Amino acid sequence: MNPKAALYTMCSDPASAQRTVDALLSAGVRTEDITVISSEPFDGFELARHEKATLMPWLAVLGAILGGAGGFLLVSQTQMSYPIVTGGMAIVTPWSNGIITYELTMLGAILTTLLVLILTAPLLRWKQEPYDQQVSDGKILVGVTHTSGNFDEKVREIFSPGGGAAK
Amino acid sequence: MTKTSEQINQDLLRPVGRTSPRFFFVVATLGLIVLAGFSAWGYQLYNGVGVAGIRRPVFWGFYITNFVFWIGISHAGTLISAILRLSNAGWRRPITRCAEVITVFALSIGAMFPLIHLGRPWQAFWLAPYPNQRGLWPNYRSPLVWDFFAINTYLIGSITFLILPIIPDFALARDKFSGRRKKLYTVLSLGWRGTQRQWHRLETAMHIMAIVIIPVAVSVHTIVSWDFAMTPVPMWHSTIFAPYFVAGAIFSGIAALIVAMVFLRHFLRLEEYLQPVCFDNLGKLLLLMSLLWFYFVFAERLTTWYGNESSEIAVLWLTQRGPYRYLFWLMVGCNFVIPFPLLAIKRLRTITGTFIASLAIVIGMWLERYLIIVPSLSRKFLPYAWGTYRPTWVEITITAATFAGMALLYVIFAKFVPIISIWELKIGERETAGLPQKASEVEVASGPLRPVVRGAET
Repeated sequence: MNPKAALYTMCSDPASAQRTVDALLSAGVRTEDITVISSEPFDGFELARHEKATLMPWLAVLGAILGGAGGFLLVSQTQMSYPIVTGGMAIVTPWSNGIITYELTMLGAILTTLLVLILTAPLLRWKQEPYDQQVSDGKILVGVTHTSGNFDEKVREIFSPGGGAAK
Repeated sequence: MTKTSEQINQDLLRPVGRTSPRFFFVVATLGLIVLAGFSAWGYQLYNGVGVAGIRRPVFWGFYITNFVFWIGISHAGTLISAILRLSNAGWRRPITRCAEVITVFALSIGAMFPLIHLGRPWQAFWLAPYPNQRGLWPNYRSPLVWDFFAINTYLIGSITFLILPIIPDFALARDKFSGRRKKLYTVLSLGWRGTQRQWHRLETAMHIMAIVIIPVAVSVHTIVSWDFAMTPVPMWHSTIFAPYFVAGAIFSGIAALIVAMVFLRHFLRLEEYLQPVCFDNLGKLLLLMSLLWFYFVFAERLTTWYGNESSEIAVLWLTQRGPYRYLFWLMVGCNFVIPFPLLAIKRLRTITGTFIASLAIVIGMWLERYLIIVPSLSRKFLPYAWGTYRPTWVEITITAATFAGMALLYVIFAKFVPIISIWELKIGERETAGLPQKASEVEVASGPLRPVVRGAET
């Protein structure tokens, strides 16, 4: 994204950020073009409703299943490939293998959650994006990306009474 | 009194931004003790594990006591933090990070002890469960291999659980500092900006982690207890060991957390954040765990006494009225007699009261680990397998160094990372101030924008 193509305003509280976002939506700005940045989450506000859909919990379950399957295969295949002398008792032991399967199930869920967070948040991206250090002092940035022409003027008009100048 | 966002930033970034001469003095002192510990370990590596007091039949002495103790302490953080997060306890906000840090460091220290105990740590990779042709390993039936999996899973999970909520605070530090620190925190903040998508993903991930980490934490100390319970050694081979160890771990963990919080409160001047209500609530939890611990000890010993099996009763009397009696009754005093009145009487459940109780419990729980391990090993079934154990200066030095190491890691961590989660605290302050938490609570003024707020008439 070209940072010069973004316009933003700083709001002093979530209520004014909410009003600004709603005004942008009423003006026809697409939800995916609106960016709201804050120093804390505002769960009760619909600042970015479209951002809430995530498959993270289901992917964590999938990671858990894969981790568990991997754990079970690791122990059972190793036990069969390198059998130890058990005096006629079971080579593949479900009770003790279950413990390792359990731990790797959990590890699978943990690592998948971490991976999904990094990819979908997204993290580890340092490229220029709309940001203002006033966010750290409690201000809320409401920005619009990909504006152009007449639409640009419309957004500027909305941003002006919102408490901050368009930048 | 509620604080503004700027005030919170200022208060909690102050310890990170300023370095007093006292910091260097503390680091140097603790560092010297840690160095002494490493020297003692080096001495053991050079001369062999015989310089330690462990010998037949007591092969598990101070080192495994420390292992169990530190793994227990590690239950302070992640488990307590996860439970409080899921129950949405508001008073948790200032303490979750203090607790989560304890978990990561205590777990790392605890995991070192099997290596120290090995004598030849360069062969530690034999524990790693990969297919090989050595014939014997990996033996997945061994609780020691279960430990390997459980501890590593818990360590990875705890590090993740600690780091995730730190990321927004790193971003804050990035914005507030300049120069080299800014560069450092720019890297550590992983490109965090605070978009609503990032917040939502972070909170979802934290929620999943909180759900996953609780059973993992329980499994870790369960498996540590099975290191003992799976062997036919008098007073070890018991079904009560798993819940008994888990309860003991949470017990010692909360005590360690309170001790750490008292020091942080005093030295980092966090009186306005680590308020008496945190100590009062943790004190109540500690009281509950103290009662639970007493119940487990009583149930375990009563059953052994009633069963009157000769080898078990020999170990029982060894601790009740034999050479270990002083340690046993000191343990009971530290874990129950001293803490009970301090925590049960509201007037005494102050910061000082909970601190004294917690210090006693930390000592008492270390003694408990020692008394589980040593008496049972020194009095097995047949007289030819009886023996004594006396720790040497090597073990004592290494043990002291781990306590210093824990404090050192904590001090250094608090120097680079805000020890209280700033963004979570701000949410708490917003709630306390009665500021709107959701759109329906917002009074919307009519204006030229003609805004549409869901849940409110405009």
